[in-house]
Amino acid sequence: MKPRSPVSLLLIYACVFVFVIYAPSLLMVIFSFNDNIYTTFPLKGFTLNWYWQMVNQGQLLESLGHSLKVGVVVAILSTVIALVAAMALTRYRFSGKGPITVTSLIPLVVPYITLGLGLLILVRQVLDWKLSLFSIGAGHVLIATPFSMLVLMSRLEGFDKNLEEASRDLGENGWHTFWRVTLPLAWPGIVASLMLAFITSFDEYLISAFLSGNDTTLPVYIYSQLRFPQRLPATLALGSAILIFSFAFVLTAQMFLRRGVQGGKASAL
Amino acid sequence: MTAASDAIISLKNVSKHFGPVKAVDDVSFDIMRGEFFSMLGPSGCGKTTLLRMLAGFEVPTTGEIFIDGQPMANVPPNERPTNMVFQNYAIFPHLTVRENIAYGLRKAGLSKDQLRKVVEEALGMIKLPGYGDRMPHQLSGGQRQRVALARALVCRPKVLLLDEPLGALDKKLREEMQIELRALQRSVGITFIFVTHDQEEALTLSDRIAVMFRGQPLQIDNATRLYESPNCREVAEFIGSMNFFDGSLKQLQNGHALVDAGRLGELTAIPGQSGFSANMPVTVAVRPEKVQIQWTRPHQADNILEGTVGPEAYFGDRSHYYVEVPGMDRPVAVAYQNHVRSLDNAESRGRQVWLTWQKDAAVLLPR
Repeated sequence: MKPRSPVSLLLIYACVFVFVIYAPSLLMVIFSFNDNIYTTFPLKGFTLNWYWQMVNQGQLLESLGHSLKVGVVVAILSTVIALVAAMALTRYRFSGKGPITVTSLIPLVVPYITLGLGLLILVRQVLDWKLSLFSIGAGHVLIATPFSMLVLMSRLEGFDKNLEEASRDLGENGWHTFWRVTLPLAWPGIVASLMLAFITSFDEYLISAFLSGNDTTLPVYIYSQLRFPQRLPATLALGSAILIFSFAFVLTAQMFLRRGVQGGKASAL
Repeated sequence: MTAASDAIISLKNVSKHFGPVKAVDDVSFDIMRGEFFSMLGPSGCGKTTLLRMLAGFEVPTTGEIFIDGQPMANVPPNERPTNMVFQNYAIFPHLTVRENIAYGLRKAGLSKDQLRKVVEEALGMIKLPGYGDRMPHQLSGGQRQRVALARALVCRPKVLLLDEPLGALDKKLREEMQIELRALQRSVGITFIFVTHDQEEALTLSDRIAVMFRGQPLQIDNATRLYESPNCREVAEFIGSMNFFDGSLKQLQNGHALVDAGRLGELTAIPGQSGFSANMPVTVAVRPEKVQIQWTRPHQADNILEGTVGPEAYFGDRSHYYVEVPGMDRPVAVAYQNHVRSLDNAESRGRQVWLTWQKDAAVLLPR
């Protein structure tokens, strides 16, 4: 008698798991095509109306643009900061490494509400800046850098320190060693860090809410529109579009990381 | 006496401290141009630290290093006339074999054709022709090691530094590589500085060996002198096996030393160095293969010890007998060539034997 294959049980579990995680998002996608202002069942009919509306809603697209701008800048800044820090921490001997690492990861454990409030006080009362995309961006760099650091430190730890020594030994100075050896080998980590930082910034609501001035980011704008029922479906359409985009993004990041580990081994052996 | 200008490397009072630990302790010696020089010692003796200081990866705490007459203080690794073969090869995993070998030639400004030619020659030298476009993960350990060697040699360094490069290879491959390395060094003619903890390897390959212990070179000599004339107990123990008999020096006579070894009687040995005087505590050191086993009491011989055969270790071509001698807390090791073909596994254990060795077979060591 054929034994009950455990694979089907696992398959069922996997399907349930994925369903539970994506059901809410799926609902959003479904309703974005639904010909009804109110997001209730039963479904009325298929329409692309809301997508048209979304494209035409100036403010919506404007805040999307802000989020993208801030996201890109934050991604680059936090990756650069984290890369330099990670290289120092993984390649040099000096005292205080432990405390420095821990301190740079603190934003991960501080609640964003407290962080947002603190940053607001810092920006307005102490520094006396105007609230703007700059202040939002600065706040985002603070919370995105720890993520970047985790990714990059793990990537840099993973490959052989002798490689950089070998490059020096063969005649290259620090700069060329970085370009010819460190960067190519850390590249998958850098790409992952850029994407992670971008998503962190793009997605972020709490700190953005505290620190926005006249120009808002997308999450803040969406939230502010929730009280207008006729605006909602267009927002759902935008959400669905972002969802699909994010999927593609993360998949690409995964492929990059995978390629770094298997295709051309990260260590010298 | 070799002229100072023959020294390609000069170490003067070089020390390296890591906090309270003295990894290298006030080391001064020269390495001659064109020699195959090894640094041998147990883990932690400072040999790798010394090698890294020559390469420029560690800065000496005190002392000076000269390479070909030039002081190396403040000279970074990329400006030194040295190249290193690392213990784990450190081949760049994201570059092809060709790109790896040519890595150090970027600054040389060679044309594409010249570069190609140099790389092809190098591939031929390491016996991997046609492997230029392979990736490192497609190579075996031995092949990667050869690529590391080629990569270092194409830069034409004055000194090649090798950090236990054969450690990760299996015995057969290691022996093959040892022969190839020696031949390569002879044909290329540059100075090789080789670090290893394997004394057989050092003895086979080197012109001279520095035996290092706790940051200090105890003896720097060629293989024969290190083996037959060690200058202290640590060196004698580290190289091969050795039997030690403690005693006090009675007198020096015609180049031989007579030693009073208490219960064991009077032993003779050759003093390999100066500085011995009467009544000094000394040790007589004899290699196992210099000790002869007699199955009947000999009438006339120097250095007679009586004992009982204990455990025997069989190596095929030879056997080691461990003979219990009253008065010694460790058995005496005797290496016996199995020059008679015998399938008779007769137990010699428990038999009474007499051990002798010739007058000049033993070395006198200070205690």
